[in-house]
Amino acid sequence: MSTMEMPAGAPEEVVTHALRRDLDLAPFGVPGKLAIITLDNGLDYTRPNTFGAQGLSELGKVLDEAKADSGVVGVAITGKPYILAAGADLSAVSFVTETAQASAISKLGHDIFRKLGELGKPTFTFINGLALGGGLEVALHSDYRTIARSATIGLPEVFLGLVPGWGGSQLLPRLIGPEKAVQVIILNALNNNKMLSAPEAYESGIADALLAPADFLEKSVEFAAEVISGRKKITRTDHTKDVAPWDAAIAVGKAAAAKKYIGADIAAPRRALELIALSRTASRGEGFDAEDRALTDLIMTNELRASIYSFNLIQKMGKKVQGAPKSSLARKVTKVGVVGAGLMASQLALLFVRRMKVPVIMTDIDQERVDKGVAYVHAEIAKLVSKGRLSEPAANRLTGLVTGAVDKSIYATCDFVIEAVFEEMSVKQKLFTELEEIITPECILATNTSSLSVEGMSKHLKHPERVVGFHFFNPVGLMPLLEVARTPHTTDEATATAIAVGKELKKTMVITKDAPAFVVNRLLTRFWGEVTDAADEGTPFEIADTAISPLGLPMTPFTLFGLVGPAVALHVSETLHDTLGPRFTVSENMKSIVAAGVRTFYIKNDAGKIVPNPEAFALMKQGSSPSTADQVRVRALTAIAEEARMMLDEEVVATPQEIDLCMMMGAGWPLHTGGILPYLDESGISEAATGRRFHPKGVASLP
Amino acid sequence: MSKQPQDVYLVDAVRTPFGKAGSLYSETRADDLVVRAIRGLLDRNPHLPHERIDEVAIAAATQTGDQGLTIGRTAALLAGLPLTVPGYAIDRMCAGALTAVTTAASAIGFGAIDIAIAGGVEHMGRHPMGEGADPNPRFLAENIVQQDALIMGATAENLHDRLPHLTKARANAFAVGSQDKTAKAYANNQIQPDLIPVAVRHAELGWTLAMVDEPPRPGTTIEALDALKTPFRANGRVSAGNAAGLNDGATAALLASGAVADELGLTKKARLVTFAFAGVEPEVMGYGPVPATEKALKKAGLAISDIGLFEVNEAFAIQVLAFLDYFGIADDDERVNQFGGAIAVGHPLASSGVRLIANLARGFENDHSVRYGITTMCIGLGMGATVIWENPAWEGKK
Repeated sequence: MSTMEMPAGAPEEVVTHALRRDLDLAPFGVPGKLAIITLDNGLDYTRPNTFGAQGLSELGKVLDEAKADSGVVGVAITGKPYILAAGADLSAVSFVTETAQASAISKLGHDIFRKLGELGKPTFTFINGLALGGGLEVALHSDYRTIARSATIGLPEVFLGLVPGWGGSQLLPRLIGPEKAVQVIILNALNNNKMLSAPEAYESGIADALLAPADFLEKSVEFAAEVISGRKKITRTDHTKDVAPWDAAIAVGKAAAAKKYIGADIAAPRRALELIALSRTASRGEGFDAEDRALTDLIMTNELRASIYSFNLIQKMGKKVQGAPKSSLARKVTKVGVVGAGLMASQLALLFVRRMKVPVIMTDIDQERVDKGVAYVHAEIAKLVSKGRLSEPAANRLTGLVTGAVDKSIYATCDFVIEAVFEEMSVKQKLFTELEEIITPECILATNTSSLSVEGMSKHLKHPERVVGFHFFNPVGLMPLLEVARTPHTTDEATATAIAVGKELKKTMVITKDAPAFVVNRLLTRFWGEVTDAADEGTPFEIADTAISPLGLPMTPFTLFGLVGPAVALHVSETLHDTLGPRFTVSENMKSIVAAGVRTFYIKNDAGKIVPNPEAFALMKQGSSPSTADQVRVRALTAIAEEARMMLDEEVVATPQEIDLCMMMGAGWPLHTGGILPYLDESGISEAATGRRFHPKGVASLP
Repeated sequence: MSKQPQDVYLVDAVRTPFGKAGSLYSETRADDLVVRAIRGLLDRNPHLPHERIDEVAIAAATQTGDQGLTIGRTAALLAGLPLTVPGYAIDRMCAGALTAVTTAASAIGFGAIDIAIAGGVEHMGRHPMGEGADPNPRFLAENIVQQDALIMGATAENLHDRLPHLTKARANAFAVGSQDKTAKAYANNQIQPDLIPVAVRHAELGWTLAMVDEPPRPGTTIEALDALKTPFRANGRVSAGNAAGLNDGATAALLASGAVADELGLTKKARLVTFAFAGVEPEVMGYGPVPATEKALKKAGLAISDIGLFEVNEAFAIQVLAFLDYFGIADDDERVNQFGGAIAVGHPLASSGVRLIANLARGFENDHSVRYGITTMCIGLGMGATVIWENPAWEGKK
C-alpha cells in the first residue's frame, strides 16, 4: 500500500474516521456478521466527510481487518447522518509542489477503495445521504449499493478541473453504460455541476435498491442479508461488447465540452472522456493506472489550482459578503417598489416577489405600460406553475402581491424602491427628487444603473445617505452576481439593508465603490474596446471575435454584444469614454451598426447554422492594419490587467479576489481561469502590463 | 343512521427493543423510535392499505420536545402514512399505550372508525420521569396526597408496609423469576419475533442495529439482589433489582373491527372483551390493578378463575405480589408473565401496555386451550388499568 504525507503548509486534515461495528446476521437468517463501517469526521452535516491521507489509511486498515476476520461475511459502508462523503479533501491539493505528491494522492485513493472490490466477501455501500466525487466512488467500488430516497449524488470532478480518478471513470461506465456515464461525469458536471436525485440514481442503475430514509439502515441490512444469503440476485448488464454506443456517447461529451467552452481545449473533460473510452477494454489495473496519470497531470496544472481557488472563493464569498456592515444594522423590508414597468423592471419585480414574497409595486408613465409590466410578471408566475416549479396556491400568493399604478404616491409605504428607468442621469435625478417627496426618509433608494454615477443621482436629495447602487446582470433571475455600490454618503444601515435584500434574492454580492460601471461592465467594456478596435483596424472579424476563445469563455464578444444589444454596449462605452477617459474607445463600426438598427452579429441561416450576419458586415468599414489572433488576445488581456490594477488602486473593490468573483458570477467566466486574474498572472500578462502579479504564486496557481 | 357497535380485535403488536436510559438509544430520538415501531408494524401486515387506517393514537408520559407536538400525528407523518390519516397524543402515565388501545378500540367499538394504530413511547433518557412537572401546592397543603405520592419507589415501599407478609425476600424471588423467564423466552425465540430492529448510532462507534432488549440481566441471583441498596428508604425493600429500570422504547399495535379485519384478510390475535380503569390512594398506586381487575371482571361477567393468562406490568415486584396475593394466585404461577416482565426487559413508561398485549397474544397463539387473558398495570397518582382479551384460537371446552 502506498503511504502519503501531507504536503508542507497544508491545513491539518479533518480526519474522516472509519468506525466498524459488527452486526450478527442470524436474526436475518444468515450465519455470520456484517461489518458496518460508518464514515464520520465527528462534525455535523455542515462539515461533510472528506477523504484525506489519514482517513483513507484508517479505512484501509478497517477493511483489511474485516477481510481477515473469518466471522465477517459481508462489509457495508455508510455515513454519518445526512452525509456519506463529499469526496477527496482538496485542501491539501493546493499545497502539492511535486509530481510525486500528486501521484501519491491519486494512488492512495485507488489502493484503499479497490479493496472493496477485491475483498473476497460481498461489499455494500449504503448511500444514506450526500455522496459526491470520492464519496460516490467508494460506493462504486462496492459490489452493491442501496440509496436513501433523500440522498443526492454526483461526480463534480470535471466541473472542478479534475477527473473522477479514484475509480469513477472506470467503474461507472461499465456499471451503467457509456451514455449514462457521460451524462453523469461530463454533461452534469458541465451543466453547473448538476446532481442526481436518489430516484435518478436508482433508475440509472447506480443503486440496486431505493429505500425510504425513515428505516434506511434497517432495510439496507435486510437487503445485504438477502444478497449474502443468495436469496436475492442482482444481475448486471455487460455494456462493453458493442463499441458503437461508446463512440456515440464520447461524441456527445465532446460536443458538450466544445459548446460550453466555445471550442477551447479544456483538459478535464478531454481527459475524462479518454478515460471513459478506455474503460470499455482496459483491465482494472490499466484503467486505474490511467486514472492516476490523469489525476497527477491535472493536479500539476495551473488550471486546477485556479479552479480550486475559484470554487473556494465562490463558496466563501457566496456566504459572507466581504466588507459588509453588521447584518444587525439592516432594516426590515416588507414592501418593495420597482420604478418602471419595462422588461428589466418586470424581471426585477418577478425576482423580488419570488424570493422575498412581499408586496411589489410597479409604476410607469401610463396605465398601458403599467398593465403590460404587471401582466408580464403574472404570466411568468403562471409559467412557473405550468412547468411544475410552483404550486397553484403559491402562485396565487405571488400574483396577488404584484400590483401597479401610474401614481407614484403608492410608494409611500415601501421600505425599498429600485429604479430601472432610462439610463440617463437627468432622468434618474429627476425621478429620485420626485420619489423623495413620497417615501420615508429611511426608505432605501436603489438604482440598477450599469454605468452612471450613483452619487450623481443622489446629488439633490435631502437624504442621499439611503441611496445605493444595486446592479444586476442579465438575465437577472439566473446570473448570481449583484454589485452593491456605496457612495461616500451611503450609511452602514443602508448598505446592510441592501445586503440583506440581496441575500433574500439569493445573490452573490460584492460591495464596490461608486465608480463608473463598477467591476464587471468596466472590465468587459475595456476588453470589448480592444476587440472592436482590432476589427475596426482591419483584423478579420472572425479572428478578432475568437482571439480570446482559448480561455474557454462562455461566448465570444460579438455574440455577447448581440445578447445585450449593440445600442446598450455602445452607450456604456460612450459613458466610460467620457467618465474614465479615451482608453475606453468608441467603435465607429458599432456606431453605424446601432444607427442602422442592426441588433445582432450572428444569425441562424436557412440550414439552422449560426453564421455572421451579412447585414452587420455590410456596414463595417475596416482599416488596413490587421492583427493576428495572438496579438488581439494579448492586447485584450493586457487591457483587462491594466484596468483591474487601476480598479484596485482606486479601491473600487478591496481585493483581487472580489474582481475574480465578479467575473465568474457576473460574466460567467470559467473557474479554471480563476475568474481572470490568476490566468493573467500565469500567462505573464499581469507583470508585462502592470509590473506585478495580482495574486502571490501558489494562491491560485502552482507554487 | 349511525353505525352499530362492533367487535374489536388486536391484529398485531410490536415493539422496538428496549434500552437502558442513557445507553442504547442515547443518540436516538423518541419520535424516531415510535416511527420505527409503526413502520415495522405496517411491514408485518402488508395486506393493510395504509389509507384505511382511521387513527393513530400514541401515548407518552412526558409530552414535550421529541415526545410533544401531538406525537400521534407527527409519528403518522414521519412514518410516511397518507396525509389523510389523523392522529393524536394520549397520556395516562404508565398506562399510556394501554389507554391508547382502549380509547382507539372504543372508537372502533362505537362504529366511528374501523382501523387504528395505538401505541406509546417513552425515552426516559431524554425525558426523566416528572420532567417539567409543576404539582399544585394544594396537593400537600390540603393533604390531597401524601408527600411521597409522586415518588414511585416510595409508593412501592408504602405497599410493603400495608402488606407486611409480602416480604423483600418474596419480592427478590419474584424478580429472579422474571429474569429467568425472560432468559428462557429469549432462548425459545418467544420475544424476538415481535421486536422491530432499530438503527442506532453512537458518535464514537458508528451505526448498528438494536436487535434485542438491553436491560435483561440473565443469571441474576437472590444473593445479588439481597445485596442491593434500597434507595427509597433505609432498611427498605425496594431496590433496582426488584423494580423496572429507567428505559427507552416504543410500541405499536394494530386494532381493527372484526368485519374489516375479515375483509382485508388481517390476522385476529385477540378479541377485546372489556376494560376498566380504577383509582386508589396515590401513595399506594401499585395496588391499582386490584380494583381495576375486579371492575373489568364484573363488567365481563367473568371470575378470576376464568382467566388463563396474566400479563401484569412489573413496575415493582411488590405491586405484582399484591395483585397475586389478593386474587389468591401463587407468586410463581405459570400463567403469570410467562415470558418474564418489566423487571427484566424494562418499562419505558407509556409504551409498556402494548408490550403486555404482544406477550399475551403470543401466549394465546401458543396455547389454544386458553380462552381469556388479562393485561393489567399500575399507574402513577393512584390508578390501575385492566383489559380483558379473548383468544380467537380458543378450542372450546374439552
